[in-house]
Amino acid sequence: MILVYAESPDGQIKKSAIEAVSYGAKTAQSMGTSCAALVFGNPEGMDSLGTYGADSILQINDAAFEKMDSQIYAKAIADVATEKNAQIVVLSHSSTGKSLLGRIAIRLNAGSVSGVSSIPNKEDQGISVEKSVFSGKALATYQINSEKAVLSLMGNSVKAEEMAKSPNIETLSVTPAQSNVEILEQNKQSGDIAPLPEAELVVSAGRGMKGPENWGIIEELANVLGATTACSRPVADSGWRPHHEHVGQTGIAIKPNLYIAAGISGAIQHLAGVNSSKCIVVINKDPEAPFFKAADYGICADLFDVVPRLTEAIKKVKA
Amino acid sequence: MKLLVCISKTPETTAKIAFTDGDTQFDSNGVQYILNPYDEWYALVRAIELKEANGGTVTVVNVGPASNDVIIRKALAIGADEATRINGEPQSAYYTAQQIANFAKDGGFDIIFTGKETIDYNGSEVGGMVAELMDLPYISYATALDVDGDTSTVTRDIEGGNEVAKVTGPFVVSAAKGMAEQRIPNMRGIMMAKRKPLNVIEAVEVNATAEIIKYRMPEQKSSVKMIDPENMDELVRLLQEEAKVL
Ligand SMILES: Cc1cc2nc3c(=O)[nH]c(=O)nc-3n(C[C@H](O)[C@H](O)[C@H](O)COP(=O)(O)OP(=O)(O)OC[C@H]3O[C@@H](n4cnc5c(N)ncnc54)[C@H](O)[C@@H]3O)c2cc1C
Ligand SMILES: Nc1ncnc2c1ncn2[C@@H]1O[C@H](COP(=O)(O)O)[C@@H](O)[C@H]1O
Repeated sequence: MILVYAESPDGQIKKSAIEAVSYGAKTAQSMGTSCAALVFGNPEGMDSLGTYGADSILQINDAAFEKMDSQIYAKAIADVATEKNAQIVVLSHSSTGKSLLGRIAIRLNAGSVSGVSSIPNKEDQGISVEKSVFSGKALATYQINSEKAVLSLMGNSVKAEEMAKSPNIETLSVTPAQSNVEILEQNKQSGDIAPLPEAELVVSAGRGMKGPENWGIIEELANVLGATTACSRPVADSGWRPHHEHVGQTGIAIKPNLYIAAGISGAIQHLAGVNSSKCIVVINKDPEAPFFKAADYGICADLFDVVPRLTEAIKKVKA
Repeated sequence: MKLLVCISKTPETTAKIAFTDGDTQFDSNGVQYILNPYDEWYALVRAIELKEANGGTVTVVNVGPASNDVIIRKALAIGADEATRINGEPQSAYYTAQQIANFAKDGGFDIIFTGKETIDYNGSEVGGMVAELMDLPYISYATALDVDGDTSTVTRDIEGGNEVAKVTGPFVVSAAKGMAEQRIPNMRGIMMAKRKPLNVIEAVEVNATAEIIKYRMPEQKSSVKMIDPENMDELVRLLQEEAKVL
């Protein structure tokens, strides 16, 4: 069996969980086994787990699991994996998934690969799976030599597809682990804008913006697109934009469908975080800017003219 | 306070990435190695700051061959007190974590720091594994860390925001940007580092549970299509019809 932990921060099944379930279901299909989705609590959107291929839903509904702590969650997921004899445990490559992956791998004595981007292949020795390495400059195939595997799925790398199953829900009870961690507060940006690691559309800007007071045109473009905003590292370092917007080798790596970069030169460390984007649009007034080499579409002009014009053009088709 | 910082080496950020032996090995020919930025800039510096404020020692540990001594000396120059290199090839996160946990188990460390990930294989795995092997709490992607007696307050990044956690007793933390400001080693630090202890111990036997068997380069982008800046309608049309991303 393939066990997928379907994350539900804020009591909601999110896109990354649906991708993970669909990935688990495709893996199960190729290996001739079944796929179970594990949820904590009673999240909204559980129907979608069946829609995207879960054969069964395992639910742990216990106040001890209200807040994510890696010690408590890893033990619970590993216990379920053992009880159900799961060959592969699938997580999302999110902040939660990353803090669980190593723990679960140790508990299950399983080989692990984080941030995978392909469906596992069955090999004689075990399974093999691909992930992007060297900040997107290469791909590596990992072979897992142990009986069990734990994988975390990179967002936006395997398309979620409907499979329409009608899973039954089984409620499980597991003994929570001890924890010395207490969550004091959570601060989240409000609104419907996707957080950067999950965003499909991203509008990003760099030092070419001259100063934080000019970001209105970037926000307006993001707004009409329904996109999330990002920035280059010096922009975050100078405090023009919040740190969580910093993308690149030392920021976050993203893989949106569309990445629009305005006033960013395209240094290798910046590209490292964005070069897996499906489509890149670069706006830069310097025809020699290295970013053009990594772009699908380029506009060589002053961003202060081009960005508002692009916003208008998008408004027209959205109207 | 006894603080342990796990440090790793990684190719310098502009290093050319190439492979040998039928694309099964990373080609390290001519590649410059550096201390992994997250380990150096954030984990190590924050540990040194905590020691400066509260007293104690900062130990750095690295799993790797003798050629890693250069980057270990750099960590000592920045301000770590002592270093241990566990002599072995860090083939996988599992192997590395086993070595570190085995070294740390009797060390009485209050906090074990890792970086949020290495920038070569972007694993983000070692910290959680060490925590599980030692049965300690693990706070990943921490952007701030303050200690008061045996309780620590840690801010960590989560999707779309952050959360603040209170941890009692020893724990493992992975450091992300924000936790500290990079320090450049000065002449005095570099001189002192030469006299600080760098112990070498042998690795314990561990099976490889996962290994890389093949590398490949990503598909090349077809060359860029330049768009007339006066004609943004054309760009929007291409994004819809050709790239199909809108
Ligand atoms: C170890 C290391 C790690 C790093 N990690 C990261 C990282 O994670 N992310 C990151 O982004 N950087 C990172 N960097 C920094 C990186 O090398 C570059 O310095 C940085 O990305 C440059 O940011 P920028 O493109 O915004 O600014 P600049 O390089 O200053 O480029 C500004 C661009 O704007 C253009 N421009 C100016 N005015 C206009 C205008 N009116 N209209 C149109 N275009 C205009 C210019 O032609 C120029 O190309 C790292 C560096 C190191 C050494
Ligand atoms: N060979 C190593 N020796 C010591 N620490 C390491 C080693 N490899 C990784 N680490 C630590 O684990 C962190 C995460 O590494 P990784 O899981 O490989 O992305 C790094 O930032 C280091 O702090």
